[in-house]
Order: sequence, then C-alpha cells, then structure tokens
Amino acid sequence: MSDIIEVKNLVKTFTTKDATIEALKGIDLNIEEGDVFGIIGMSGAGKSTLVRCLNFLEKPTSGTVMVEGRELESLKDAELRKLRGSIGMIFQGFNLLMQSNVITNIMFPLEIAGADKDKALERARTLLKTVDLAEKEKAYPAQLSGGQKQRVAIARALATEPRILLCDEATSALDPQTTASILELLRKINKEMGVTIVVITHQMSVVREICNNVAIIEDGALVETGRVAEIFAHPKSKAAKRLIIEGKDPDEWEAQNKAIAGNGSMELPAELHEDRKIRIVFQTNSSYEPVIANMILRFGKPVNILRADTKNVGGTAKGEMILGLPKEKDTQEEMIKYLKERDLAVEEVTGNVELGCNSS
Amino acid sequence: MLNWDATVVNMILKGIAETLYMTCVSTIFGYVLGLPLGVLCAVSDKEGIRPNQPLYRVLDIVINIVRSIPFLILLIVLIPFTRFVVGKSYGSTGTIVPLVISAAPFIARMVESSIKEVDHGVVEAAQSMGASNWTIIRKVLLPESRVSLITGVTIVFGTVLGYSAMAGTVGGGGLGDIAIRYGYYRYQADIMIVTVILLVALTQIFQFAGMKLASKLDRRRA
Repeated sequence: MSDIIEVKNLVKTFTTKDATIEALKGIDLNIEEGDVFGIIGMSGAGKSTLVRCLNFLEKPTSGTVMVEGRELESLKDAELRKLRGSIGMIFQGFNLLMQSNVITNIMFPLEIAGADKDKALERARTLLKTVDLAEKEKAYPAQLSGGQKQRVAIARALATEPRILLCDEATSALDPQTTASILELLRKINKEMGVTIVVITHQMSVVREICNNVAIIEDGALVETGRVAEIFAHPKSKAAKRLIIEGKDPDEWEAQNKAIAGNGSMELPAELHEDRKIRIVFQTNSSYEPVIANMILRFGKPVNILRADTKNVGGTAKGEMILGLPKEKDTQEEMIKYLKERDLAVEEVTGNVELGCNSS
Repeated sequence: MLNWDATVVNMILKGIAETLYMTCVSTIFGYVLGLPLGVLCAVSDKEGIRPNQPLYRVLDIVINIVRSIPFLILLIVLIPFTRFVVGKSYGSTGTIVPLVISAAPFIARMVESSIKEVDHGVVEAAQSMGASNWTIIRKVLLPESRVSLITGVTIVFGTVLGYSAMAGTVGGGGLGDIAIRYGYYRYQADIMIVTVILLVALTQIFQFAGMKLASKLDRRRA
C-alpha cells in the first residue's frame, strides 16, 4: 500500500526570548494508508509538535510533509483549510464546544465545510450511532463522562469522512477500562472505514493494543521505527528497551534514569541486576511445546524464571519471559542456541540500560 | 419641603426614562464600537489566532489612554465633537456621545478578557477542522464566551448608569440631573434620596437580570 503521510527531514524550532528550542530534529516518517501508526515518547519529546506538523497546526521550520501526495507547504491558506477537513483530529482534553449540545458539536465540521444542514444532521446522527451515543443527541458535553466526550469528539472528527485520524494522547485522561473501549472503537473505525490512524501516546500499552507500526521519539529525534511486533521481539534502541523489556512508560524513564532507590513495583527484581539474563518472546500458540522444561531436562541445570507475562501486541497475544541463566558460560551459550533453534526471539537483558545489548 | 405632587412624580418618571434611554443607547453603541475592538485585541495578541504585535500595541495604548481620562473631563473635552455628531452638547442625547466614547474602551477590555477565557484547545480543534479565523470568531470564540460576555454587559450597564448620573452635573438629564439640581443645589434631600434609591434599584434590577440570563445560558454544568 502507498504512503498516505510522508515526512522528510522535519525540523521545528521554537524561538523564545532567551533560547532556541529544537523540538524536532530532522524526523523522517512514512505512514501507510490504512495503518494504525503509533508515535510514542515521553512528554517534551516532541510528539505533540510532530502530530501538529502533520496538519500544519504547527508550521515546520524546515523539511517537508506530504499528505495524500500533496506537499502542505505549497498549499494556500484556503487549500490548507480544505485539506484539514480531510484529516480528523482528537485530543486529550476532548476540546468540544461546551456551550453546544452533542449533535451541534458533531455537525460543526460539516458546517465549516459548508454542507447542507439536513444532510449534516443525518450524517451526525449516523455517527452518533457508530460511537454508541444515539440517545445523547441533545446532551451537553458537561453532562457526559470522559469516555463519552471522547466518543463525541471521535464522531465529530469523522464527520467530514476524513481519510486520516490524528489522535493526540486521546486516552491519556481516561481510566484503563474506558481507554480499552475507546481503543476498541478506534480499531473498528480503522477496520470498517479504512481510516488511517496516527496515535500519539506515552503509554506503551496503547501502542501494543492497536498499532501495527510504531515510531519511538526521544528529544525530538526518531530513535526507532518499525512494526510493533518486531520491535516488541527485538527492541534495539535504549528507549525501546526501556519501553518493552522493563515495561516502563516514558513517564517513568526520568525516574529510572535517576535511579531513585526503593521505587517499588516497576523496578526489576534485584537478582535481575546480577546474573546473565535473557528475555524470550514467543507466540502463545507456539507455546504448547514445553520449551523451558525440556531445556532444563536436557542441560540438567536449573534456570531462574524472573518474569513471565502475556501481552496483547497488535491483537495477538505474545508471551514474554525473562530467565536467569546458570553461571557456566558454555551452558549459557548453549541454552541461548537451543532457544533460538526453536524460533524464539532471544534478547540479552542487562540491568544497566546504558550498556549496549546484542539484538539477535 | 417640596410637595410630592404630580409635577414632581412626572419629573421623576421622566428622569427614569431619560436615564434608561441614555444607559441603554450608550451601552448598545458602546458595544457597536467596543465588541469588534475587543475581538480584535484578543485575536491580535500573541496568544491569539492571528497574532499581530504592532496592531495589538496600538489598540492597547489607545484603549488605556481613553480609559484613563476621567469621565467628567471627557464630557467637556468632547463638547465640540458631540455637537458635531448629534447637534447639541447637553441633554440626554448630548450625553450619549461621551458615554459611548468612554464606555467603548472599557467594553473592549471586558470583551477581550472574556474571549481569552475560551479554552485554546477548542480553538485548535476548530483549526484542525479547517475553520477560518472569521468562522472561529463567530462560531467558537463568541458563543463559547457568551456567559462571560453577558456578565460583562451587566457590569458595563451598571458603570454606564453611574456615568450617566454624573453627566447630570453638566445638564445631562436623567435621574442624576434631578439629584444634582434638587438635592444638591436646592437642598431638597428627599428628592435626592428618592433619585439615588431609584438609581440603586435600576442597577440592582439589571444586575440581577443579567446574572440570571448568564447562568440560564451556561451549559457548562451537568
């Protein structure tokens, strides 16, 4: 499939009185039509600026942004506004018109586009059904829960039948259960309407849940990009490893970098910082063969299971396990070889993320 | 003591009518000038939807200058201008001109601050839908700030009412005029008290009605 969004060498600098801040330092990004693409990074990494460059709410300092084959820089104001009509956007804070009821909110983009009022009303009602809020037509945003507000915002963003939906931290203000239902809705929109979805988030769980591809950005630069399943199995960059192996959302990186002592639950178990450890990732449907048990029987040496977990990655369940290996170097190598022969993704885990790891 | 005969009652009724006439007409024309001015300020400020620092600076200074001139001075300075616009410089109609000039910058400030209260996220959402600045002003900024705008009208009305009473000192007509002429110059305290009570009552009524309307139109509460 072709790329619906192409970003080349995108640079954005903000100039304040005292300093020049490089928010984006030369980002290259291609998003395929029909994809669900995640952009993850900690707050301040530049991901919100990046998504705003995709519809030119922020004008890049340099570089190009192509949407549906059109270079945004070259568009006149009126053309740009028209193009924006074909890119829906939802926000963390929902950003609904608080003094207008639900149906008027959803009709707003159609009103901007100059659509016929009756048709707009009809379209808005259809969308309300899509987001399961048909009975809330006359309600005002203040009377709705956060999840319902986001549903209205989604309906509004879809009113003009956009080909692209940008989601800027759309689930960050919601509880886990509501987040799941919103992600479910987004997945449905992607599948049924074929809308390309770009998800900006600081939550790895969101990326795992719905994204096919992901870009990890740190300090305004893109550090890793690729298929979520691939990155989940073989994280290469430091940031990806923190996200995936240690299960830390970008919010927690800072705390981890400063190595705050006694930072309970999210820290790795103490023993993980000592022995040689490996992380293996497997499809749950391939886990019928008792690989670990067989390996222990074969080598006659115990391994320590430090963590075992199942995670939903792009709709398929993936198992992950962190093993502490026996002390003997030969046994370690052979065990790793044994696991690789069984098509498992094997990853070295180091307690200290500063050290480089081999990605096998 | 003056007898409360029909003449006095009629005079006071006429005073009420004049006061209402001056206040209402001045408030309306004040908004005709002040509303666009306030919108322009909010839009051209650096956080606005179309920042324009030079324009904002100029508007800001002009508004501050006019607002700093005491109303009584303005009333006198503007006499030639008033005569030019409405043909005379005294009476209720003559008072409207300086009232409008004095109220407009005040209104502009109120409007500016009301509009700046609108959540930037909603403006951004409208921009992401491809709304033009003009559409954003009409469909987002003004409707979303309507509660604050109406509260503003109430405050402006009270202020203009007070100013109109002040204009009484220079023959401006209305209740203020009566209070000055009878109460102050002729030492008829009862008439003065009655007119002051009426001024207070008018202010209260409009304040109450304005607040009631504002809260009735507010949809931000569940």
